[in-house]
Amino acid sequence: MAVETEAASPEVAKLPIVVEFSGGLEMLFSDQRRHSLSVPATTSEGKPATVASLIDYLCRNTMKDTRKELFVLDDHLRPGILVLINDADWELEGEEAYEIQSGDNILFVSTLHGG
Amino acid sequence: MAPALCAVCKTERALIKRPKNHQKLCKGCFIQIFEDETHHTIISSGLFYPGEKVAIGASGGKDSTVLASVLKTLNERHKYGLDLVLLSIDEGIKGYRDDSLETVKRNAAQYDMPLKIVGYDELYGWTMDQVVETIGKKGNCTYCGVFRRQALDRGSKMLGIKHVVTGHNADDVAETVLMNLLRGDLARLSRATSIVTGSSASDVKRSKPLKYAYEKEIVLYAHHKKLDYFSTECIYSPEAFRGSARTLIKSLERVRPSAILDVVRSGEDMARLVPGQTRDACACKSNTAPAPVAAEEDNGGGCGSANGRSTGGEMAAMEKQLRENEKAAEGMLETEITMAKPTEKGSQPNRQPQSEKEPKTSSITVPIIKKQKLGSCERCGYMSSQKLCQACMLLEGLNKNRPEIQI
Repeated sequence: MAVETEAASPEVAKLPIVVEFSGGLEMLFSDQRRHSLSVPATTSEGKPATVASLIDYLCRNTMKDTRKELFVLDDHLRPGILVLINDADWELEGEEAYEIQSGDNILFVSTLHGG
Repeated sequence: MAPALCAVCKTERALIKRPKNHQKLCKGCFIQIFEDETHHTIISSGLFYPGEKVAIGASGGKDSTVLASVLKTLNERHKYGLDLVLLSIDEGIKGYRDDSLETVKRNAAQYDMPLKIVGYDELYGWTMDQVVETIGKKGNCTYCGVFRRQALDRGSKMLGIKHVVTGHNADDVAETVLMNLLRGDLARLSRATSIVTGSSASDVKRSKPLKYAYEKEIVLYAHHKKLDYFSTECIYSPEAFRGSARTLIKSLERVRPSAILDVVRSGEDMARLVPGQTRDACACKSNTAPAPVAAEEDNGGGCGSANGRSTGGEMAAMEKQLRENEKAAEGMLETEITMAKPTEKGSQPNRQPQSEKEPKTSSITVPIIKKQKLGSCERCGYMSSQKLCQACMLLEGLNKNRPEIQI
């Protein structure tokens, strides 16, 4: 996963996106389902932001819970968490390599939780 | 990436990639296929008869919510003639079950089904909150699992219903297969793969119509149909879902999505090699297998979500019980094994006696460990292989305030 510098410098362009969590993942993100975020359009290496860099960004900036391992395992999204990019399975969109576009809606759904 | 089109209708944009065959489907075609496949499972295993009253074990979670929704749809579409009822168990856990029961109440209205809620307090005189207050958090899942198992049966009886369907999915079954494989417990593995358990000798039979449905597709079905479900972790085992078998299954799926159904099918094939086990609803079972008791003990532990999502403590408890089972089966085992070679320490009870000198036998002889005889609990009358059923044993311990009791 691409590594991003802490607190992106102000001149970096931002992408407005909506990130949603459901299926129990809300609990890792302040019990809030919908997060309107403005994420850096490029990584510290100057590459376009991808789902991989978004996951990293979420861990660093959005997640207040300390149990990061419930979201990320071995530097990748934890198996059993589904990602829908504008309602489409991320497996159809290139998974972690998908380049984030302005206005995207990215939904993380856990299949791991019971009920 | 250019958006892919649905492989079926070839007009809509594909939104789903099916784990089992990589097929790309649009929302409408996916929903249709998911329902058709569930229908196929129901028909091919002769799960229901017309006019049958069926209770849906409903927790408010994704699996049981999808099950209720799909069964309602199929019952109307294919005229099963089923009388569907939602049956929920209230363990008495504040801040957990009371919230999910609200979801079930909404589901009852949405699906126009009657709802019956059975509480641990009325059945056992203890809520889980009180149990945890007495014994602490450690090991409480065992109590909850044993109580729930009976509660579904007792709730069904109150409603005069003899068939409970549960939302167990392919991932759950694969996980159970792997766990039992790792333990060398073929008998249990066999029971876990059956779509119907506890059939003829039991008052209430269980079945899992979503047995072949991937958890991923269940979640996507719920998402695309905008079903109202509740997902949280039980406050007493907040990390129960990190069970190692679960993690293994999900990691396998990531590498090769068909692995889950492959494990389920392997489990079914292995089950066929286990003699004396129930073959689903088939009545021709051998007289050695008291299926209901066995089935009852399948889910001996297990937290709210599904079987096998176990905590370490629960695993340890099961291991202990398994060791006791082995001990109990030892007499029989030795006669089996000494035929071929001297007994080894720690040999597994289910191991097929290997005798390479005589490869003639066409039938496979796996020693059957069956020490239980079907009777009823002398305290509550519930079916049990012991004098007291598991629930009454645990209750006795609780009532004496001796939480150390092990099942």
